[in-house]
Amino acid sequence: MSAEAPLFGLVLAGGASTRMQRDKAAIEYHGQSQLQWTFHLLSHVCAATFVSVRPDQREEPTRAGLPQIVDRLPGIGPIAGISAALQAHPKAAWLVVACDLPFLNEQTLRHLVAHRDARKLATAYRSSHDGLPEPLCAIWEPASREPLLAHVAAGKQCPRKFLINADTALLDLPDARALDNVNTADEYRSTLAQIGATSSADAAVPAHRVAKARTLRIQYYAILREQAGRSEETLDSTAATPAELYDELRKRHPFQLAATQLKVALNSEFSDWHTPLRHGDTVVFIPPVAGG
Amino acid sequence: MNSFTFSTTTLTPESYRQALADPAAGGYASFEGWVRNHNEGQAVTRLEYEAFEALANKEGERIVNEAIARFGILKAACVHRIGSLAIGDLAVWVGVSSRHRAEAFAACRYIIDEGKHRVPIWKKDHSVSGDSGWVNCERCAQPGHDHAHEHPHAHQHD
Repeated sequence: MSAEAPLFGLVLAGGASTRMQRDKAAIEYHGQSQLQWTFHLLSHVCAATFVSVRPDQREEPTRAGLPQIVDRLPGIGPIAGISAALQAHPKAAWLVVACDLPFLNEQTLRHLVAHRDARKLATAYRSSHDGLPEPLCAIWEPASREPLLAHVAAGKQCPRKFLINADTALLDLPDARALDNVNTADEYRSTLAQIGATSSADAAVPAHRVAKARTLRIQYYAILREQAGRSEETLDSTAATPAELYDELRKRHPFQLAATQLKVALNSEFSDWHTPLRHGDTVVFIPPVAGG
Repeated sequence: MNSFTFSTTTLTPESYRQALADPAAGGYASFEGWVRNHNEGQAVTRLEYEAFEALANKEGERIVNEAIARFGILKAACVHRIGSLAIGDLAVWVGVSSRHRAEAFAACRYIIDEGKHRVPIWKKDHSVSGDSGWVNCERCAQPGHDHAHEHPHAHQHD
């Protein structure tokens, strides 16, 4: 994965919200605006995160405090935001997410990132409703910029049609309703009731957890190598310490050993579990040894 | 030559021993760890050794240097096998030369004991029944058993 373009996040918040009759970015489902909440989710898995806005939305209070990418071709819908981001940072890949997805969770984003195929133009989920690519929770690679601009120049505005015809890696959603969106006031009320009724523990993102992802190389030996099914992997993680990283890896791999049974090495030297991780670190978790 | 090394082929103690020669030495002690045919009541058919060599070499060398400083011996070295080993194969060799025998025995024991607990080397045993398992890892994974480093289980070459 080291050859992949760095992953930036883009929250699409430029919509007119005509059916909702209020700004979808400002709606609260999780105790903060949907824009804030989506921004925090993305910042957990992306190296940098931005909000897509129309020129007239720059000073709007919900959006004003966040890093922005301003549409260059306002009035053509979300494709304007995606193409503006690809032009603003042409060497980055963009995890583009709409701000009206109240059921979205970090697991859905991490699954997408983990299965990203950087050789394709994009990696997207199949809609659980119609099987077609979901352009508004997808990773757009740098190589998609030119064909997307050509698509727009040809007068086409549908990002989904672009992905259908492009070389797109498609994934099944780990959680079928994660990308259900909310467009009307009635849907808003029923969604609020559903989110309130279920535990939103894994969806809610405390503001203080906003963290920057680092690229880490993890090498596996012995029983961990077998359980991970690989000798090493490179991933972008927001884990601040080896302790947090091991917790995160236990969600991806069937590791049986508790952290208390392991030692940890950073860059081929024994380390503390609470040493801050740095971009580019190589991490090895050391199962109980048995030499001799 | 580094004082702690790995070998993917059969160990040759005679050649390692010569490197410890010293005019001031009054003796040499060594320890050889051999693959035995049983572990914790299970019949074992073969063993596989794996190491995190970049760190194992550093930690192994630290142990040898500790032994030299602590016991005042002249020279010491350790060579460990990695890969698949059969019953009777030599898995590890430790050698120490010193002025007198007492510190040679003590240093030799220190190096093998510390090495077993500190150097990132793992072994997987394959039993007659076809089962295999990473020694010190598999049973420790059960709930309520998370002190593997504090009280290691029976080892292969004690």
